[in-house]
Amino acid sequence: MSDKEHRQHLLARMLRIRRFEERCAELYQAEKIRGFLHLYIGEEAVAVGALESLTPDDAVVATYREHGHALARGLDPGSIMAEMYGKVEGCSRGRGGSMHLFDAAKRFYGGNAIVGGGLPLGVGLALADRMRGVQRVTAVFFGEGAVAEGEFHEALNLATLWHLPVLFCCENNGYAMGTALYRSESETHLTLKAAAYGMPAWSVDGMDVEAVEAAAHSAATAVRGGGGPHFLEFETYRFRAHSMFDPELYRDKAEVATWKLRDPLVTYRKKLSDEGHLDEAEWQAMEKEVKAEVDEAVSFAEAGTWEAVEDLTRFVHTEAVTG
Amino acid sequence: MTILENAVATTTISYRDAMREAIRDAMLRDDRVFLMGEDVGSYGGCYAVSKGLLEEFGPERVRDTPLSESAFVGAGIGAALGGMRPIVEVMTVNFSLLALDQIVNTAALYLHMSGGQFNVPLVVRMATGAGRQLGAQHSHSLEGWYAHVPGLKVAVPATVEDARWMLATALEDPDPVIIFEHAGLYNTRGEIPAGAGPVDLQRARVRRSGTDISVITHGGSLPKVLAAADALHEEGISAEVLDLRVLRPLDTDAILASVRRTHRVVVVDEGWRSGGISSEVIARIVEGGLWELDAPVARVCTEEVPIPYARHMEEAALPQIPRIVRAAHEVLGA
Amino acid sequence: MIEFRLPSLGADMDEGMLVAWLVSPGDTVRRGQVVAEVESDKGIIEVECWEDGVVEDLLVTPGPTRLPVGFPLARLRTLDEGTAEEDTPSGPAAAARPEALVAAAPVWPGDEQTIVRHRGPSGPPRVTPPVRHLAHQLGVDLDHVLATGDDGVVRRADIIAARSQAEAGRPRATPMARRVARERGIDLDSILPVRNDGIITSAELTAPAAGVRAAPPPKSRPVGHEVPPVVVKSPPAPQEAPATDKMAAMRAAIARSMARSKREIPHYYLATHVDLGRAMQWLEDENGGRPITRRLLPAVLLLKATALALREVPELNGHWSDDAHHPSADIHLGVAVSLRGGGLVAPAIHHADRLDLDELMEALRDLVGRARTWRIRSSEMSDPTITVTNLGDRGVETTFPVIIPPQVAIVGFGKIADQAVVVDGMIGVHPVVHASLAADHRVTDGHRGGLFLDALVQLLQEPQNL
Repeated sequence: MSDKEHRQHLLARMLRIRRFEERCAELYQAEKIRGFLHLYIGEEAVAVGALESLTPDDAVVATYREHGHALARGLDPGSIMAEMYGKVEGCSRGRGGSMHLFDAAKRFYGGNAIVGGGLPLGVGLALADRMRGVQRVTAVFFGEGAVAEGEFHEALNLATLWHLPVLFCCENNGYAMGTALYRSESETHLTLKAAAYGMPAWSVDGMDVEAVEAAAHSAATAVRGGGGPHFLEFETYRFRAHSMFDPELYRDKAEVATWKLRDPLVTYRKKLSDEGHLDEAEWQAMEKEVKAEVDEAVSFAEAGTWEAVEDLTRFVHTEAVTG
Repeated sequence: MTILENAVATTTISYRDAMREAIRDAMLRDDRVFLMGEDVGSYGGCYAVSKGLLEEFGPERVRDTPLSESAFVGAGIGAALGGMRPIVEVMTVNFSLLALDQIVNTAALYLHMSGGQFNVPLVVRMATGAGRQLGAQHSHSLEGWYAHVPGLKVAVPATVEDARWMLATALEDPDPVIIFEHAGLYNTRGEIPAGAGPVDLQRARVRRSGTDISVITHGGSLPKVLAAADALHEEGISAEVLDLRVLRPLDTDAILASVRRTHRVVVVDEGWRSGGISSEVIARIVEGGLWELDAPVARVCTEEVPIPYARHMEEAALPQIPRIVRAAHEVLGA
Repeated sequence: MIEFRLPSLGADMDEGMLVAWLVSPGDTVRRGQVVAEVESDKGIIEVECWEDGVVEDLLVTPGPTRLPVGFPLARLRTLDEGTAEEDTPSGPAAAARPEALVAAAPVWPGDEQTIVRHRGPSGPPRVTPPVRHLAHQLGVDLDHVLATGDDGVVRRADIIAARSQAEAGRPRATPMARRVARERGIDLDSILPVRNDGIITSAELTAPAAGVRAAPPPKSRPVGHEVPPVVVKSPPAPQEAPATDKMAAMRAAIARSMARSKREIPHYYLATHVDLGRAMQWLEDENGGRPITRRLLPAVLLLKATALALREVPELNGHWSDDAHHPSADIHLGVAVSLRGGGLVAPAIHHADRLDLDELMEALRDLVGRARTWRIRSSEMSDPTITVTNLGDRGVETTFPVIIPPQVAIVGFGKIADQAVVVDGMIGVHPVVHASLAADHRVTDGHRGGLFLDALVQLLQEPQNL
């Protein structure tokens, strides 16, 4: 793939997440999507850039703000949308909703509503790989709020102690719901925390997709090669509220406006355009294609069916031994 | 004879040794099985269950963990998802509270929440129970709490045979199983019949047949209940003792069958009565066997107090044989 | 003040155990009202009080103590008396103070039984704090509790017993007991609890109600009622299968009675066959127009005919006692009812001669039902003036019955079966029953007996007149 193609590929992926998320906001207000909805708008560069460095054989553990990761990982947009509609055709049979997207084939281990809850899980997946001698990476995404949880520390400690192939990806968007980082952490340099557990740690501009990609590639390669766990902090920002219910009383609009100037989509598009890697027609085509994809996802979800209530008790326990 | 050869003949063996043999046997048969927990390696296990296993299997398969219950239970979940068959040992149920989130919010939920995609073939072993003056924080019996959660299986082996063979079945199970070992049982000795093999994780078992009253219990209370049944026998009262063996799923059929035979019930549980597993047993009896009850029901549980240190106080708090006998008398209307 | 004493419960019974009170202090009692249940060897008997009054004091707590006939059980004040002051005893009954009552209690040496005591008119109830707390919890007034502990101390069981007595209304029964009661059409109100907590279990429905746990039988009977020093022991441990104990006791009582009968009563026997052709035809016609629930059984015809025949030969109706015959003006037919497990009772249908067939049928049905669940009244046990035993349904042709003392005769009927009879020189097939009479030769002779049977035969030829 040429440089241009690749860059357009990155842009298109970010665009797809952006348009998908915007559509979700609209559908939520139309009451098609219910429960909690946490949008990734503004953070697209992180998921797109980071997942570029992963192979299909690697594993991804994410949080409740995982639509972008799911899309970047290659989950079918229709199955994601159907999941949010609660339809049985959703990737989790409608059982999970927005916060619990799962796809075994894509080694996408959710979707977790407990802050920090996925960290030990990721450590365990890496442990299995190590014990089985399988060389691959487990990428665990979490917000900066998770560093306050004991599980963060336990997991990082264990990962280094047992030399496990985990790529810890901390998406620092500055706010754990409504609490700014500086109000909850005595030490806000997150890389220091990781370094305290003996692992290489970098801080990266999360609004720059190419920076993210480069850093992730470097770290993932090291992890995959047996270099033990690595930590990446992505400095990013969510342009919308924590979730659909959040009146955003904890930050002022000026700050949001400032960050919006660094919108990864806008800045990257401009960059490509400036550097002759994207013209207007190509952009329009990109928009059109993304729109079609999102429309198709919505149609798929709209046409979906509801799981039979009789199946309520299925999958409390395994039905067939998977071995 | 080596331990393995010993195990082939009919043996009288301690509960502790039986559990060790179970772990060892599992690890020999299946490379995917490994043991992980605090002090399971160099220390030989807090209750000496894993003594010798580190030397035999090495540090990759017998892993000492830091004091990070949440992380290593969660890692066990991840390892299970990743194709291994981990046995995670949480030293006691008292410390499992630190891992409750991983057990309840990840292990129990993943299969249902993912629409059937991710089963978690994890086995967690925990010691439980009181009686050794260890104070309130080290004396809980919370297996009833875990039995509350769909997605988990909760096994409570009380006999040496069950200690030996429940683990094998648990490891074969594609879903999370928690095995509770009452610490007071480790020293008990019992027979494992020749030709014994993996036992089910579904059925209760009548440990003693009777006609006058059913005494339903599990785990560490079983020896006391059997002794109480002996005492009742001396008085001419024929008590049937039902060992639940598994708290989730609860063997409602066996419970109701016993009630149909005797029409009178005492439930004995070392947990507290409020919202405990004894409540569940009685609720099921009332739901499914109300018209078989020919006497009020009774429970013998730990008194509603944190377990005290002083010996006489701890004894007063816990279910004891005289209390069980008295409860039977009251039910019989004597 | 009226003193209610343990009445005679029938021949051969001179003691009983108070099983339960059916009234409480303050209740108004009408003449003939059942006020208590007493157990004899024959089972539970409902005891009637024959006076109008208001219950003042229950003197005896239900328990395994065997009380002699005549033992004072309760005090009632007459309807026109005011409330008696507890502290002003009047009359010989009220003078019975605790010691006197205890002295009268028949305690056999070696018995392990609780002793009935009555708290004296003075002094507060002697109660330990936990028992006082229980009383408070159960809403029991300690002043109305009968203490059975040492030195008049109120025991836990006394509180529970008091509560049980106080609970009128729904009987407390286990779910299984309710189910069994429902299945068998048993009225739970008629069942006595055995348990201290007053809960009725299914055992009470499937066996003769024990009333109390089977107490060990008295080891010896002293002559007269001298009383050794009172000993209080705890109640015996629960025994297995009280039903078999009760059945054994009943068999023993029957054995005594039958042995006495054969020993003392010179029996003579007469028998005849009775052509029931007309009677059965009449019955068939009569029943044809009736719903099943109102149909008459042949037994009713036989009973009515017996009662009416007795009017013609009254010497067969009555009692023998004190070396003399005491004929009875009233005809109370004792009907032999066989019980499950092999027992037999023969309670009376009072004034059987005055009841029409429907009334007689109803009385028979009621009596048999109650007899089988041990709900017989004392008057029914003591009043039969003659007994009729109908073994026909067992396939027996002719009976040779044994008189039940102190009666002076007993009538038996075999099965009703078609036989060849000669009528007006022609042979026909008619339903025939063999009627037999066993009678006390001290009172009647064959001639009188024969007249009775003749009358019986004639009456059964005119069924429409029965």
